[in-house]
Amino acid sequence: MNTPFLKNKSFLYILLFIVMIAIPLITNRYWTDVASTAMFYILLALGLNIIVGYAGLLDLGYSAFFAVGSYTTGILTTQFGVSFWISIFLGAIFATVLGVLIGIPTLRLRSDYLAIVTLGFGEIIRLIANNSKFTGGASGIYGIPKPKIGSFVFQSNVLLYYLMFIFVLLAIFVIWRLGNSRVGRAWKYIREDEDAAEAMGVNGLYYKLLAYGLGAMFGGLAGSLFAVKMSAIAPESFGFMQSAMILLAVVLGGIGRISGVILGAVLVILLPEAMRSFSDWRIFLFGVLLVLTMIFRPNGLWPSKKETEEMDDPEPLKGGSKSVVS
Amino acid sequence: MDIFLQQVINALVVGTFYGLIALGYSMVYGIIRLLNFAHGDLFMLGAFAGFSVLSLFTGQVGFIGIGLALIVSVLVVGLIGLGVERIAYRPLIKKKSPKLNLLITAVGVSLAIEYAVMLSYGPSFRVYPIQLPNTGFHIGDVKITYIQLGIILFTILIMIFLQLFIHKSIYGKAMRSIAIDDTATSLMGIPVHRFIGLTFFMGSGLAAVAGVMDGIYYGQINFLMGFLFGLKAFTAAVIGGIGSVNGAMLGGLVLGIVETLGTVYVGGEWKDVFAFGILILFLVLKPTGLLGEAVNERV
Repeated sequence: MNTPFLKNKSFLYILLFIVMIAIPLITNRYWTDVASTAMFYILLALGLNIIVGYAGLLDLGYSAFFAVGSYTTGILTTQFGVSFWISIFLGAIFATVLGVLIGIPTLRLRSDYLAIVTLGFGEIIRLIANNSKFTGGASGIYGIPKPKIGSFVFQSNVLLYYLMFIFVLLAIFVIWRLGNSRVGRAWKYIREDEDAAEAMGVNGLYYKLLAYGLGAMFGGLAGSLFAVKMSAIAPESFGFMQSAMILLAVVLGGIGRISGVILGAVLVILLPEAMRSFSDWRIFLFGVLLVLTMIFRPNGLWPSKKETEEMDDPEPLKGGSKSVVS
Repeated sequence: MDIFLQQVINALVVGTFYGLIALGYSMVYGIIRLLNFAHGDLFMLGAFAGFSVLSLFTGQVGFIGIGLALIVSVLVVGLIGLGVERIAYRPLIKKKSPKLNLLITAVGVSLAIEYAVMLSYGPSFRVYPIQLPNTGFHIGDVKITYIQLGIILFTILIMIFLQLFIHKSIYGKAMRSIAIDDTATSLMGIPVHRFIGLTFFMGSGLAAVAGVMDGIYYGQINFLMGFLFGLKAFTAAVIGGIGSVNGAMLGGLVLGIVETLGTVYVGGEWKDVFAFGILILFLVLKPTGLLGEAVNERV
């Protein structure tokens, strides 16, 4: 399981790295903004990939963790004058704690029940944000200050872009290492066959919780960055559509594979830009795209060979032996 | 006490809507263990199909109009449900894809249906082209309108028919048999996929009935109305015990009552939090629901 990260195709990665650094320098403000949005989606998709891709748990309420990170930073920086760096740390912790708390009772459930519980949970978080006073209600929170180190303020979009780029690089490194570690192997084992994994002494619930908590943590991080980037947040950014878009990013590119997930996130951001003239069709086409991907390329547009072989062994669709329609 | 009883009557109507949609969830889940995420959107499609039919009438829309709207809506939405199964789900079921892929497909179908309707009917609320008189009768201080009574009676009729169909007809027998063991059923010479299609058709038709009645009852519809309603109907299916037909109806009524009382005593903006809270509690504490049987997941 040792994937040569830098040896193989290292030229390509270095080229990509240079392009990403150069984007704000050679393009205008508009494309820098698009690239920044892509950065978030990469971060969010990488986080969700731990849950969906590595551990095989479908989470339809991932934007809840995103919301927790955003609101933590939003509330702490505007109302309590806390520094951004402390708030992003707390945001990630809150998101992780929430992920574990919601995970403990629900991760024992059947996989399709889990999807619905997370969906309901995501809606609950959004409704709490919408109905509570401390979150600013439907209008949300505005005037979130930009992060600063000493007297150096990340004021411009270009600086924020680089800040996010650093976070994305860190996330890629951490998640790549995790995926190839003992933990990552345990996740894949659970995803492929949970009973067999348990029989081999892999504690299913523990590793699922770990995946859920870590995924939530990255969602929280992305949320904090989102808050300072937009400087205003509102509950409508954290609805089901957000969760669905992140899921699309994970599924489209190549589920369970870092480069695939990044490709997916970039596509999810770039496709609407390409379809600007018929933007009403956007979400409809996304839905169709999800269906087509699942039918024709179930492992994404850019799956790894190894992964394809692993997934060729299908699990039975029908679960129980006993159940009646009556 | 009168306010309480009045709310219960209103809750019963909402509950029948939830119940009718929950039936579709339950039947499809019972037969192929698929959580048809797009089911709530079929309900929405039903409302819009009824809208289109009723828009054709000028002037007074009588019972013939409503009947026609119901029939057309059931046929159209039933066929769309059948098409969704054929196009989106069947290739995956035949390939024996992992469950995750089926669920993701269902999410995609849901988005596609919602926004296809948005593209054809526009994003804003549409007023249902029918005005029924708001008259009714009183029992004590509790008022029951004729619309409410009609909805409840019609739902009871549907339930009786469904019970007879599933338990007395040979088709119902085949469906129950597939739910128990699809391989053995196909070995008995029963065209399993055709019956899965039939289940989708019936489930979608029931959702369409709920959609038309919802449009008539509330007076306005929107392309996103199926999302929340579908989620709550799923909650109803879980409360009653997913896979169980009687449970779906019972769950719908329970959810309707709990939600309506929650609105009265806690506040309307927390209504949905209430419903999802119940969903999570049930899934965690009693995933088999009130009337469901234990289902073991074979991994």
